[in-house]
Amino acid sequence: MLIDFFLKLKSHKLPVSIKEYLTLLEALQKGVIGSSVEDFYYLSRTALVKDEANFDKFDRAFSEFWQGVETIPGIEAQIPLEWLLKQAELTLTEEEKKQIEALGGWEKLMETLKKRLEEQKGRHQGGNKWVGTGGTSPYGAYGFNPEGIRIGQDRSRNRRAVKVWDQREYQNLDDSVELGTRNIKVALRRLRRFARKGAPEEFDLENTISSTAKKAYLDIHMRPERRNTVKVLMFLDIGGSMDDHVKLCQEMFSAAKTEFKHLEYYYFHNFLYDFVWKDNRRRHSERTKTWDLLHKYGHDYKIVFVGDATMSPYEILQPGGSIEYFNEEPGAVWMKRVTDVYQKCIWLNPEPEEIWGYRQSVQIVKELMGGRMYPTTIAGLENAMKLLTK
Amino acid sequence: MRFSGTEEYVSTEDLTLAVNAAITLQRPLLIKGEPGTGKTMLAVQVAKALGVPLLEWHIKSTTKAQQGLYEYDAVSRLRDSQLGDPRVQDIHNYIIKGMLWQAFTQDTPCVLLIDEVDKADIEFPNDLLREIDRMEFYVYETRELIKAKNRPIVFITSNNEKELPDAFLRRCFFHYIRFPEKETMEKIVEVHYPNLKKNLLREALEVFFEIREVPGLKKKPSTSELLDWLKLLLSEDIPPDALRSKDRKTIIPPLHGALLKNEQDVHLFERLVFMTRAKGN
Repeated sequence: MLIDFFLKLKSHKLPVSIKEYLTLLEALQKGVIGSSVEDFYYLSRTALVKDEANFDKFDRAFSEFWQGVETIPGIEAQIPLEWLLKQAELTLTEEEKKQIEALGGWEKLMETLKKRLEEQKGRHQGGNKWVGTGGTSPYGAYGFNPEGIRIGQDRSRNRRAVKVWDQREYQNLDDSVELGTRNIKVALRRLRRFARKGAPEEFDLENTISSTAKKAYLDIHMRPERRNTVKVLMFLDIGGSMDDHVKLCQEMFSAAKTEFKHLEYYYFHNFLYDFVWKDNRRRHSERTKTWDLLHKYGHDYKIVFVGDATMSPYEILQPGGSIEYFNEEPGAVWMKRVTDVYQKCIWLNPEPEEIWGYRQSVQIVKELMGGRMYPTTIAGLENAMKLLTK
Repeated sequence: MRFSGTEEYVSTEDLTLAVNAAITLQRPLLIKGEPGTGKTMLAVQVAKALGVPLLEWHIKSTTKAQQGLYEYDAVSRLRDSQLGDPRVQDIHNYIIKGMLWQAFTQDTPCVLLIDEVDKADIEFPNDLLREIDRMEFYVYETRELIKAKNRPIVFITSNNEKELPDAFLRRCFFHYIRFPEKETMEKIVEVHYPNLKKNLLREALEVFFEIREVPGLKKKPSTSELLDWLKLLLSEDIPPDALRSKDRKTIIPPLHGALLKNEQDVHLFERLVFMTRAKGN
């Protein structure tokens, strides 16, 4: 029975391993918990899920497993009300049904439920995808179902009625970013460059011995520790046509952030002009001049641009070409300045390599970068990193 | 051995279960959560409740995994050999035991706290895999294998500054301490200040949760800050009226410095208060 549970978690893309599954079984065997489902929920969560970002996924998988509901693909667009009502009916215990009676009956409750559902629909039409559920599953509705039952009930009296996993309190932590980062990290790891810099803290045994032998008195040598000293400055294209690649960029960014100690990043829109920004929410108030960046970060920084380089060629070549404001100097000039200051520059393009040839702007950017444009595949990343380490 | 909270520590149901699972299966328990939700306190309290010794290993950015096992002090041995000290003959004199070693050789089971594991280098957790898993390690200098007499109960806390490797995670139990709800919060305050006037507590809690809701705060006040603040309120003998709800939005709560620790946050908060006040007029 629990093998199904394990597979269910796997199918929800939770990173669970056999070792963890065996741990869970061992815990059950040793009688860590009693027979309550809630205890089992807590125990399996603590044994199988190792990141709070995955709690929501786990909750969904758990409730799905517990109810034995099958996933129906494509249903997320609209939830048939009938289906929802049926589910609600099914999941109610005798005790809950009695409480509903006390509240004025099934009908009244369902009306509230309907209202809720309409509200949900409205929001959906408003263009908001169901944040948190990621639009992947009907179980947004699912978590919503017992939630509906809670309407109108005295919360504190009946807190237990809503099952813990259906409360789904962790939903906004689910970023799904971590899934693909390991490969990217391995690729980025090529960029590591170890050097001894900073305060001498490590005892240098060999030097001490040879120097002591030479001088005939104890001469202790210390040396700085080996550290990864690579410095990276990242520019990320944001908004517009990059929206399709947000997930990939997030993955890459979060991998880079944990991999490099000296990582600085800035955002731009479409192309690099005379300013960039650090926080997209405050992009209009808190800008950084590109000149300042060129002066601030030393020549040994490695520059990584991330962008699809898909735009009108005017946006690169003409003054005033920016779609957002009037830029006095064309983007190409800025790009040249950057490549002049920094020897190691690359451009990572999330668009597939095959279509680069059909886009004029991609060709121009590639030329500006001296051909150093790479696709964001693992192989592409590895080549890019090889070039940066040369 | 079972843990069920202590007089000074309110443990939620899921946390208790996670702790007990870790104790029974003798696996490390990794604890994450907002700063100030009692991650470190947990280990202290578990040790107290079970009546076993507690060993603390606080991790810094310069900490190496090896330091938790042992360190070989080659420098003093070299010096002693120059001075002709007889101690130099025995290498054991120069091996300094780390926290893990100490924990492994305790006669009773003990609680070992590895605090803020995410502060260390990215490879740090990977270097401890075998030690955590099998609870043994090898001392190359003396060629001996140190094995745990009693597997210690290991608590590891993390503030999420760095991601931990999968191999490490797989060997641990995991618990995320959620920020307590109002009810749990009341219990926690009750435990710390049993004689607090009921109405003062209610007013204070409301102010506290409201401040937590203020958008854009760099560091939201947490449980430990609330407790400090209450202590101040008590010692200054602030009447509950001062926190009264009617004009709560238009006054700055007394002694708010205990709740907001960041200059920008204080500014932001004051600005918001002034704005609501201006609107009210």
